[in-house]
Amino acid sequence: MRDILRRLEEKREAARKGGGEKRVAQQHEKGKLTARERLELLFDPSTFEEWDMFVEHRSIDFGMEQQKIPGDGVVTGHGLVNGRRLFAFSQDFTVFGGSLSEAHAEKICKIMDQALRVGAPVVGLNDSGGARIQEGVASLAGYAEVFQRNVLASGVVPQVSVVMGPCAGGAVYSPAMTDFIFMVQDSSYMFVTGPDVVKTVTHEAVTHEELGGARTHTTKSGIADLAFSNDAETMLQLRRFLAFLPSSNRELPPVRPTEDPGDRAESSLDTLVPANPNKPYDMKELIGKVVDEGEFFELQPDFARNIVIGFARFEGHPVGIVANQPMVLAGCLDIDSSRKAARFVRFCDCFNIPIVTFVDVPGFLPGTAQEYGGIIKHGAKLLFAFAEATVPKVTLITRKAYGGAYDVMSSKHLRGDVNYAWPSAEIAVMGPKGAVEIIFRGDLKDPKKIERRAEEYRAKFANPFVAGSRGFIDDVIMPHSTRRRLCRSLAMLRGKRLENPWKKHDNIPL
Amino acid sequence: MPSFKKILIANRGEIACRIMRTAKRMGIAAVAVYSEADADARHVRDADEVVPIGPASSAQSYLDVKKIVAACRATGAEAVHPGYGFLSENPALPRALAKAGIAFIGPDPNTIAAMGDKIAAKQIAAKAGVPTVPGHLGVVPDARAAVAIAHRIKYPVMLKAAAGGGGKGMRIARTDAELEEAFRRAAGEAKTAFGDARLFIEKYVERPRHIEIQVLGDGHGNVVHLFERECSIQRRHQKVIEEAPSPFLDAKTRSRMGEAAVALARAAKYCSAGTVEFIVDRKRNFYFLEMNTRLQVEHPVTELVTGLDLVELMIRIAAGEPLPFAQKDLQLAGWAVEARVYAEDPRRGFLPSAGRLVRYAEPAGDGVRVDGGVYEGAEIPIFYDPMIAKVAACGKNRATAVARLAQALDGFVVAGISHNVDFLAAMLRNPRFRRGDLSTDFIAREFPKGFGGVKPARGEVELAVLAATTAHAITTRSPGAESACVMLDGDDFPVIARRAADGVTISRSRRTQLVRTDWQPGQPAMRAQIGKVEAVFRIERRGLAWRLARGGAAFEAMVVPRHAAALLRRMKPKPPAARSRHLVSPMPGLLVSIAVTPGQEIKAGEALAVIEAMKMENVLRAERDGRVARLVAKPGDSLAVDQVILEFE
Repeated sequence: MRDILRRLEEKREAARKGGGEKRVAQQHEKGKLTARERLELLFDPSTFEEWDMFVEHRSIDFGMEQQKIPGDGVVTGHGLVNGRRLFAFSQDFTVFGGSLSEAHAEKICKIMDQALRVGAPVVGLNDSGGARIQEGVASLAGYAEVFQRNVLASGVVPQVSVVMGPCAGGAVYSPAMTDFIFMVQDSSYMFVTGPDVVKTVTHEAVTHEELGGARTHTTKSGIADLAFSNDAETMLQLRRFLAFLPSSNRELPPVRPTEDPGDRAESSLDTLVPANPNKPYDMKELIGKVVDEGEFFELQPDFARNIVIGFARFEGHPVGIVANQPMVLAGCLDIDSSRKAARFVRFCDCFNIPIVTFVDVPGFLPGTAQEYGGIIKHGAKLLFAFAEATVPKVTLITRKAYGGAYDVMSSKHLRGDVNYAWPSAEIAVMGPKGAVEIIFRGDLKDPKKIERRAEEYRAKFANPFVAGSRGFIDDVIMPHSTRRRLCRSLAMLRGKRLENPWKKHDNIPL
Repeated sequence: MPSFKKILIANRGEIACRIMRTAKRMGIAAVAVYSEADADARHVRDADEVVPIGPASSAQSYLDVKKIVAACRATGAEAVHPGYGFLSENPALPRALAKAGIAFIGPDPNTIAAMGDKIAAKQIAAKAGVPTVPGHLGVVPDARAAVAIAHRIKYPVMLKAAAGGGGKGMRIARTDAELEEAFRRAAGEAKTAFGDARLFIEKYVERPRHIEIQVLGDGHGNVVHLFERECSIQRRHQKVIEEAPSPFLDAKTRSRMGEAAVALARAAKYCSAGTVEFIVDRKRNFYFLEMNTRLQVEHPVTELVTGLDLVELMIRIAAGEPLPFAQKDLQLAGWAVEARVYAEDPRRGFLPSAGRLVRYAEPAGDGVRVDGGVYEGAEIPIFYDPMIAKVAACGKNRATAVARLAQALDGFVVAGISHNVDFLAAMLRNPRFRRGDLSTDFIAREFPKGFGGVKPARGEVELAVLAATTAHAITTRSPGAESACVMLDGDDFPVIARRAADGVTISRSRRTQLVRTDWQPGQPAMRAQIGKVEAVFRIERRGLAWRLARGGAAFEAMVVPRHAAALLRRMKPKPPAARSRHLVSPMPGLLVSIAVTPGQEIKAGEALAVIEAMKMENVLRAERDGRVARLVAKPGDSLAVDQVILEFE
């Protein structure tokens, strides 16, 4: 019997070696960790339970039958992160370059199915050369099986993808359908077609990094939500991130106790909005000063910087924050910022995370680039997302809320639960100057008259009280009391129940 | 008997706030004046009444005598305190006030005028028997005359502007050639700065100490001195750290200097608070430098060691009251040291910094006094002196006062603008400073390459490790003992931390100690009792890292599980990916201005250009350090997205 037990140990040992010492050394040489080292950092110590360690591929072509490595290039299983259940797969680049075989895909599908049944998030650590070419269509089928599960799990359990090496071709679509994508700087890339194909087809010379590196996807495409400097940091940050999310759509996000008083006043906010309406200020200062302990986990900080999104907590309860950023493009809405915020709002709504919206928006960005790029439909995504969301929605207008953009930004009319404004708020169809140039077109030749009209308009409409008189604003609040008022509203909304009419699914303007 | 019911303070910033504090205590209403740039300033918030006096430019506001007089009339203020700087040493103000029947809280305009002329002042001093630096008592007509005088009094010599102050128009020369060159440049500078090219010349005292005597005269024949202040720690002739008494003076020199100062004040018929400045050489010979006919910036150290309120005394003297004490009633008690907090960047040649004060929290503690002129959320304008606060500390001896001040600076939170708090903290820990071995070239000698942070001693690193562990344990709220590794500056420090009722118990290299603190996550400063040491850290969380600062040193620490530390160590530092050589417009807009010139060194975060788009100004900042190669676009250009504005090298 002892021999039998030892045999198990030997088998496990063989599987843990992955692609062997040489390949592991190569992985480390690249500044990367192995699949198991990554999991060791991700999970609470000794909580990870590995499944399917002995799975091997079934390919018999091209000599593959001679090469079998237990585990087949992916480590799967479940464990605890901050004491909460999580399922994960971690592709092992040292085994067949992490390529995806039919068996490899089955392992991934198995934990996804189980995660869905128990209501726990799925994290995928991607480090794969792509399809196992020797397996042909079986490998492609494997991808599709994963895709299908990504879709079914979407909105049921949170799914996070971490791209920690190559991720190319069809492989990109699994991360693309998950809720968040993190990347590792300088050692990961994602693209549909690689530099060689690009060169052949379009004659563009481009490096892997330029085409699909972390910098590209965090600044230009907005595909990645965050990028970190190395594998180890990425895993530790992922642990921090997961602490904001509920395990599934059947749960509320986890509460973390805090000593930060809910009624903490921040007198410096009284001077945040400059007297000159054309001067920018940093919306992140407001966020940092009102959330618990100043901790704001920002997503996509370098993409569409005119809108800020991320997670924070009020009195220990996680919220999603959406905020116009006056420092960039005056905080206007454009294609990128609308897409960025819309997807985030929908995530929060899926997972019972209340949404706090800070508004300082002068309108939509004008121009041919925006119109040709389809701002109409992209802007509509954000409008749609806010409108359909049934989670608690608290909105604060700090300064400008002009035109259609006012409606979009979680306004009262889109079932905003509590809508506040600072005294500096200007809620109007447009700025005073633009407005009088239309209303008093006849006076255009007389700048003095126009100036006087603008002053009149400003006095009448450039304030929160017109909206307040209609009940579109529930209250005008002192900036220094913002945290207290937000905490109070969110506490009141904890019992909120709201359902949209039954439908198969909505038809958001994609 | 408060003799005035309402006074106006013709100043701004910390000194205006400080004067108002005394006025309020005396039951006198305080009127503030303010420029457009100061509408939300702290002195405006603190005042009982406020009067706007025009645009941001000082010349059109704080320096405009007519507006000050009009503000008095409008509010019924009976007297004006000028503070320091601005109109405090301009006889035109007291003269105009006298005409309007308003009192001036300061000396007689003729005294101001006499002492404001450095040559006239030296003549008065010489007549009163006060030693002056050997030199030429009169205006030097040209470079040749300067050389002749230099030969008589021997090199090195110093040229000074007759109307000067603040180091402008000052030049040191050691040879004839240097002197001729210096004469030309000093005259030019004096002309530009003061509209008066007149220069005088005197012997340059090498490595002198700057020691000054506070005097008070009441116009009833009483003149006393309130001992000395040493202000040798200067940067470009601007004082940075001051103390009272001076660690250099013995009782005999102290009383001789006091007597000389009183003699001068008597000769000048001085009536108010004033300061007689001396330079003192290595042999304790002292020479009259100049007399400041106003309240000095550094007056708090004198107040802390004498227990007097100089502003109150000035107000009473201006109201005609006699001094309530004589020289024999006055004595020094303890020691006081003051540091000036400037909105400036010590790492970049002390360039002034302006902008929003995102975080600002003044320290408090035993014997600590803060004279502040700002508040969290205030805007530091570019138009005025960049000093935002003074921190002073007193104690029974110099070591105590210095330690308290150092502690206070460690807990002084300033964010949003650059500041010199770390530089000040580093100076207070400098061994030469601790010995009291001061000289006016202290900063130039001890920080020859400017300030780039302090390399912390091993003990300081240990404290930082404990502070980071404490912050981590409190933030994560881990229930039991947590075995972790603190990664700080390339070193690993294994720790075991366990939360206690009043802090965190930390075991580290076979020693277990309690770090007692009431710090909570999000607070910008941590005060901790670690064994017998009380340490204050400024602390900020950045992602996984804790950023700590104390004593002029900065630390970045990560507290991670032990197995994570081993793997993190294996991570190779990656070279930063190549970035674009161009600054491009991120949006369509109008290029309003470019803040840099070709060849200019730039630092990450520095403003490069301003673009107006969506009717808003957007500041484009440098992503990293570098140098500007050439400008491609010019102000007024209409820019498309990604259009190149300038090129880097």
